[in-house]
Amino acid sequence: MAKVNIKIDGQDVICDAGSTILEAAQSAGIYIPTLCYHSDLIPDGVCRVCSVEVKGQRTLCAACCFPVSDGMEVMTHTPKVREARRMIVELMLANHPGECLTCSKNQKCELQKFAKELGISDIRFKGERRQYDIDASSPIIRDPDKCILCGRCVRTCDDIQSVGALHPAYRGWETLVVPGLGGELADVVCVNCGQCINRCPTGALKAKDPAPEIWEAIYDPTKHVIVQTAPAVRASIGEEFGLPPGTRVTKKMVTALKMLGFDRVMDTDFTADLTIMEEGSELIKRIKEGGVLPQITSCSPGWIKFIEYYYPELLPHVSTCKSPQQMFGALAKTYYAQKMNIDPKNIVSVSIMPCTAKKFECERPEMYSSGYKDVDYVLTTREAAGMMKEAGIDLPNLRESEYDDPFGMSTGAAVIFGNTGGVMEAALRTAYALITGRELEKVEIEDVRGMEGVRETTIQIGDLPVKAAVAHGLANARQVLEGIKSGRFADYAFIEIMCCPGGCIGGGGQPQPTNEEIRKARARAIYEEDESMTIRKSHENPAVQKLYEEFLGHPLSHKSHELLHTHYTPRERRTIRRSEETSKPKTTKADSSKKVKVD
Amino acid sequence: MAFYRAHILVDAGPSAVQKGAMALKAALIDEIKKRGLDKEIKVIETGDLGVPGGGPALVIYPEGITYAGVTTADVPEIVEEHLIKGRQVKRLVYTETTPSIVETPDRARSKEMRIILKNVGVIDPTSIEEYIAAGGYEALGKALKTMKPEEIIAEVKASQLKGRGGAAFPTGLKWEFTAKAAGQEKAVVCNADEGEPGNFKDRILLEGDPHQIIEGMVIAGYAVGAHDGFIYIRGEYRQAAACMERAIGVAREMGLLGKNILDTGFDFDIQVFRGAGAYICGEETALLESMEGKRGQSRMKPPFPPTYGLTGSPTVVNNVETFCNVPHIINNGAEWYTGIGTSQSKGTKILTPCGDVLLPGAYEVPFGVTLREVLFNMAGGIKSGRQLKAVMMGGPSGAVVGQESLDRRLCAEDLQPGAGALIVVDEDKCMVDIMHNIAQFFYHECCGQCVPCREGTKRMLEILGWWTAGAGSESDIKMLEQLANTMALSSRCGLGQFAGVAFKTSLPLFEEEYRAHLKDKVCPTGVCPMDRVLEEVK
Repeated sequence: MAKVNIKIDGQDVICDAGSTILEAAQSAGIYIPTLCYHSDLIPDGVCRVCSVEVKGQRTLCAACCFPVSDGMEVMTHTPKVREARRMIVELMLANHPGECLTCSKNQKCELQKFAKELGISDIRFKGERRQYDIDASSPIIRDPDKCILCGRCVRTCDDIQSVGALHPAYRGWETLVVPGLGGELADVVCVNCGQCINRCPTGALKAKDPAPEIWEAIYDPTKHVIVQTAPAVRASIGEEFGLPPGTRVTKKMVTALKMLGFDRVMDTDFTADLTIMEEGSELIKRIKEGGVLPQITSCSPGWIKFIEYYYPELLPHVSTCKSPQQMFGALAKTYYAQKMNIDPKNIVSVSIMPCTAKKFECERPEMYSSGYKDVDYVLTTREAAGMMKEAGIDLPNLRESEYDDPFGMSTGAAVIFGNTGGVMEAALRTAYALITGRELEKVEIEDVRGMEGVRETTIQIGDLPVKAAVAHGLANARQVLEGIKSGRFADYAFIEIMCCPGGCIGGGGQPQPTNEEIRKARARAIYEEDESMTIRKSHENPAVQKLYEEFLGHPLSHKSHELLHTHYTPRERRTIRRSEETSKPKTTKADSSKKVKVD
Repeated sequence: MAFYRAHILVDAGPSAVQKGAMALKAALIDEIKKRGLDKEIKVIETGDLGVPGGGPALVIYPEGITYAGVTTADVPEIVEEHLIKGRQVKRLVYTETTPSIVETPDRARSKEMRIILKNVGVIDPTSIEEYIAAGGYEALGKALKTMKPEEIIAEVKASQLKGRGGAAFPTGLKWEFTAKAAGQEKAVVCNADEGEPGNFKDRILLEGDPHQIIEGMVIAGYAVGAHDGFIYIRGEYRQAAACMERAIGVAREMGLLGKNILDTGFDFDIQVFRGAGAYICGEETALLESMEGKRGQSRMKPPFPPTYGLTGSPTVVNNVETFCNVPHIINNGAEWYTGIGTSQSKGTKILTPCGDVLLPGAYEVPFGVTLREVLFNMAGGIKSGRQLKAVMMGGPSGAVVGQESLDRRLCAEDLQPGAGALIVVDEDKCMVDIMHNIAQFFYHECCGQCVPCREGTKRMLEILGWWTAGAGSESDIKMLEQLANTMALSSRCGLGQFAGVAFKTSLPLFEEEYRAHLKDKVCPTGVCPMDRVLEEVK
């Protein structure tokens, strides 16, 4: 790429011709503060915090958007820049509730960080402040008062997920980010992926936290409280305790959960192995019996809701397997209850997930196949860390301990479910063995690894060339689905789709912040975990084999269908306006010491 | 073509229609028919003649006499006296105090130079034949048949024509960027959103001489290699839009729009787009967003429309008046054009003095006339003999000047007239109240996208509201000035950048008046309610 020479604060910087001032500054190690900018998103230049002076320009320029040109001279902290930047942050603070101490984003809030960095000690504008109702209609809670209208959630939902649940509405000072036509989030097309939460700089978006109910269950002596942990959690929860991204803390996390008082700490990885058995068998059945192909994975609940909304006609492609979380839930209140001789009504089943869509999934009416609610509560990685912190547990310095039986045993194939491409890799490892009767020599399938939006591979299984594709992020998923409709994937056997960028390691319940670098570090940790395992193929998991012997019989058995498989519901993309009132802007005066005259 | 010995042009602008212009027109036609004169006299609807007063106005040609405040009851008398006996109905002829945009023998407008406005109020805007008879579409023929696109751009560049929407960007340069930009599909967009308060020149052109705009746009399309033209007309301009639609239809029938224009093989057509009333959609990138069906808000610049415009194609966006200059430049040459105006502002500018001025209206003048000449010689001075206090140059987003600037020249090198509005404020008005009013406007029109503008317009409105209530303090002045600076420097588009200009430029002129509100809690003109002061006394 062509290079250009520019000067930033007197320092010569050589950068790519197409880059922005911000990118040039970052490459030279020069700090320019940003707020509406996020490395995952197309910059929009609305917060103006990154304003810099460019010689020859009439006004200041937003560094996040302004392209460099040869010979450009940029100054990042002239008196003009400093005054404007301070004023912009002051203006934002004047319209922001000062509830930092009780805010979910306390100490992680980017606005709070700026206020501190710039040393804003007084807010001179003492007028009206936004005051709206909190929207707690869905697993994602919106607090419009804390919203600074940076548009990161809007761009995330539009550009990464192609869902478009959130939009700016109304004009000027009354602008609000609202779901659809101004209803509540539960009324509009939202897949609950939580990617908006991950990119919100303030506390305007958060997930519904079930910790109080879980504490109550733990303290209740009549309840048997079990917990499952998803593959991706072990590679990220350490970040909540200050460990660098990509630190594996699997066994310390098990200790921490035991310390919290869970009666059994078990692993979703176990049912991930089980998923491979069921889903792999389903795939082979479809291939042999001429079923609908390509078969698409079903473990990502955000993705499931997406296809139910946007491509219901393609639902026959989706595997009927439940997600590992729900397989675990169904078995916990049947097989496990029998084995432990506990009345399933006294079992409280908790899961720790990197995901906010799982909160919606466990509430689905199909998810009661044990006769009870299969999974009672879903904690995100962040919320689980919150419980540990509340109990004074210092995760990084704990001893290690093992998962409990009977659902504690798992393989390397299960843990890679956390990465985009992981389910595919795990399935291919097993399918190869099931079809050919031989084992793969090299279990790592590099073609399906990485962060490319859509990846494809062909694996020769015996004399059968199996074509497979992987997509992550719903905008990429949409591209694949359009491809299926146009016939581009007609000769493909299997497609893996994950709702979130990077797969579960980039899930909406994961520690903040998120960016590609952090996601890559977590993905690396997941692959390391796989390598460290003695068994790396799902069909070799002895606990799974035992489960089939003792309880299920064989994959796709009648019992399997009853407990481990499900069906899907086409959903209408129509906004239902539940309440007229919620949509109306409601502002009240925060400080009435001065009278406001508005004609 | 039939020959008529007299033409009556009835003002059918929006306000005249409200006052019964259509009934007047019908009554005239009836009366003329009744007297068997319908083969001799033609009644024509035209756009706004700019005549205020009790009722609609009309102009009778060939004499060019304007009657103002005409009602249907006056019709028999006008027909009897003026059209049969040849005597003017003196009591209805407009006087010095009934201004009009029509050139008349009664009041010389020596300083006016009508190039763009020459047909307005003279020809029938619905008749393409009259436009052609007045020399219309000659430039189009010349451009398409004898000039290459590069030659047209060179001519426009040589004319030094600058945009007439307020920003004064060189038009030829804009066309050149668009012509050279990569991309097969290009577009020409006429910005007729005219949202800046005090401006109404574009409406007069749209209603009074629509073919001039079409001609300019087709030439622009040919010059930059575009085949699609769009006119984005402000939502409130219903009649202007209808007038344009009609003119486009007629031009299309005549082969002046559509496929193979004038047998040259050049295709170009124009569609009318209607705005929905947002001021920000007059900003060119917000206008394009609005045309694409998106939320009306500005785009990040660069890239500018000449490289990335309507749905990403290179696009020329010019103001109505800018396009109107083009046929004249093509016909008469750049040399003729640069002979008019000043060294940095060539040609004429339509100014619309309004507010506390005796004869508000549209006046086309060469650049370089003084503010005094426009306000006092043409617009008749301040109403009721009061003193001039301030003039908002171009509208609320422009600079505020006072008495001291009367002898400054209106041109780029001295006093910028912006889009052309000269909002005149007399001595009875309070500047705090006016600033509050301006703040209200920008608060209401802000799109809400960027922080400085969204939060800044709100705080500006609040603070000025407190001032009018007597609840301000002297430290507010510095705070407001800082706020205006920040908004000017860091807002994402022109709206926020110019929202504080009026306050900033008024401060050195009226600081004393501001301080009276803040320190002494007194409004010197008695306009502001100062109600908080009373409450405190109680």
